[in-house]
Amino acid sequence: MYDILFWFFSIAMLVCGLLVIANRNPVASALFLVLLFVFLAGLFVLLEAFFIAAIQVLVYAGAIMVLFLFVIMLLDIKASERRKFRALGVVGGIAVAVAFVWELVIILTRPLKPLATGGDELSGGLEQVVKPLFANYMLPFEVTALLLLVAMIGVVLLSKRELK
Amino acid sequence: MIPLLLIHLIKIACVIGVMLGIVAYTVLAERKICAWMQDRIGPNRVGPFGLLQPVADGLKFIFKEDVLPHHVNKVYFTLAPMIAMIPALITIAVVPWGSQLVIPSVSHDPIPGVIANLNVGILFVFAISSLGVYGIVLAGWSSNSKYPFLGGIRSSAQMISYEVCLGLSVVPVFMQVGSLNLMKVVEYQAQHTWLGFTQPLSCFIFLVSAFAETNRLPFDLPEAEQELVGGYHTEYSSMKFAMFFLGEYAAMFMASALMATLFFGGWSLPFAPFNAPAQTLTVGLIHIGIFLAKVCGFLFFFIWVRWTIPRFRYDQLMTLGWKIFIPLTLLNILISGVVLAVITK
Amino acid sequence: MTMQVERPKLTIWERTYLPQILHGLWLTLKHIPQRKFTRQYPEEKPPLHGAYRGAPTLVKDPEGRVKCVSCQLCEFVCPPKAIRITPRARPEDVPDANVEKEPEDFVIDMLRCIYCGYCEEVCPEEAIFLKQDFAIAGYTREELRFHKEKLLELGGVQPDSIWKWKFKGAPPLDAPGAPKREGAGRKG
Repeated sequence: MYDILFWFFSIAMLVCGLLVIANRNPVASALFLVLLFVFLAGLFVLLEAFFIAAIQVLVYAGAIMVLFLFVIMLLDIKASERRKFRALGVVGGIAVAVAFVWELVIILTRPLKPLATGGDELSGGLEQVVKPLFANYMLPFEVTALLLLVAMIGVVLLSKRELK
Repeated sequence: MIPLLLIHLIKIACVIGVMLGIVAYTVLAERKICAWMQDRIGPNRVGPFGLLQPVADGLKFIFKEDVLPHHVNKVYFTLAPMIAMIPALITIAVVPWGSQLVIPSVSHDPIPGVIANLNVGILFVFAISSLGVYGIVLAGWSSNSKYPFLGGIRSSAQMISYEVCLGLSVVPVFMQVGSLNLMKVVEYQAQHTWLGFTQPLSCFIFLVSAFAETNRLPFDLPEAEQELVGGYHTEYSSMKFAMFFLGEYAAMFMASALMATLFFGGWSLPFAPFNAPAQTLTVGLIHIGIFLAKVCGFLFFFIWVRWTIPRFRYDQLMTLGWKIFIPLTLLNILISGVVLAVITK
Repeated sequence: MTMQVERPKLTIWERTYLPQILHGLWLTLKHIPQRKFTRQYPEEKPPLHGAYRGAPTLVKDPEGRVKCVSCQLCEFVCPPKAIRITPRARPEDVPDANVEKEPEDFVIDMLRCIYCGYCEEVCPEEAIFLKQDFAIAGYTREELRFHKEKLLELGGVQPDSIWKWKFKGAPPLDAPGAPKREGAGRKG
């Protein structure tokens, strides 16, 4: 059962991923990305990381992608469907893809360590995520928060500049 | 003895059946209550006191012509109503309807009154219900016509804003209870006090945000009949429209169930034998009755507010969400944290 | 001169909208048990004003005779041209042969009629009356073209004291024993 579900979610994810980049219609791409996130959450559930799974769907599928879709819907979709490939884009894309595959090969050829699991199995990974975050890695966590805040203020400032 | 899987299936069937039944009758209740508030009688022709009206409505929806305008994007147009309806039906799985049912002839262990006793229960609810917005956004976009599009745009902004409020407003609840499991939340309230009394601000903000999340008046800007014709479901007809309709009411049921569970004790009442998990079948069934009564109370409140308060303006809605509720929820979290730290020391 | 109206200063409690919302909620709640004003329509007809202009109909006099003499004034005056009259001559040997014409058919298209009441007003014989029927419905257009029989059935008998049929060879008005002509000349 576990294996069947694992393969189902993995293959579905790969198919969705391909469709994200193969679709010429940005709305369709965005929706396949949402589907991809949902299947990814399914994989997290198989790892009994319910917390991560829920957050994955909540944040990525439920909030970020809605904003993406919000922006995409305001674009002229016909124009992006007609758009031609540019040589620079193709070369750059292939370069990034090759670099990524190279990294993957390096990582995956190393021996893999099993994931450290602990606590009771139904806690859903909440404690495994939260305890280190607020105990061991408090400072990086807060610094990240501050960085995000800076970025947010920067965006507000940039978008308001014209009004002055 | 009945196999566990079968018990689960029966439970799911019962929950969905009862929920859809209540949803159908909420539509009738809405019309009746609104009529009473306006000194009218309301539907009273189909069956005694109009009680068969939902059946008539359902039949009407099925037999109506399903218009598919030529300018729509057919795939998404068909998909949208389904996406809008399903989240509410899925999320009900983690809400405890009762404590437990003790039926020795069916199973050794008492049957829990919840379909899925998830430890991240409330996060699951938020995650799935946050997907519901796609139904509305897609409906607005795929209709390829201006009013639905405006409705879709409004709804995506509104629902994301109020999801934040909704999520932040319940944080103090879980700080106090110490678990995200809705079953545990109810048990905590059964033993102590209802969280509506210890966390009144949370309760209030959750309630108001729930109105925005379910697109109910005074926050029904995505459909705003007077400005946007019908908003995102302008182009819909027949069963597709009915699905949006059912989805809205199912979401309302879900919001009511969450209010009852999180802040008003779920299946419990603050005196014996209703403040502890049931040891007999009768008490177990009464627990379910108590829960449903509370849910119906909140459904009434939803309807009551709808026919009282006029619609907010869009900027007022956003101001309320971002400038008032989010700071208030953050303050609430801070205060709750301080108070809890002092008490536990 | 423009007048400056000072906006009332709201307290913080008032600015939360809550007092108004609570007041509104109380108001709507109060209305739930109150007396209802619904009229159960098909069973309970609405009370109509006496001068209500409903469907135009043809009437008979108390002796059961059709009052219309096919003068076609109503047909002429009808703004939407809803009336169509097919006149015919009355035979010489009927008892009241002083009435020369009668409608062979009298059609009012209820879909065209605008219920203005000009026909009633113009009729020299008081033969056409706007009754109080307002719910006129049918499945076809043809069904709503009311013919003479239908119009007479709707109109019924008009209790009326102008018995003009009797005046051929009758004694003059001021003669003793002449039938009283109440209301005669009312239209003049």
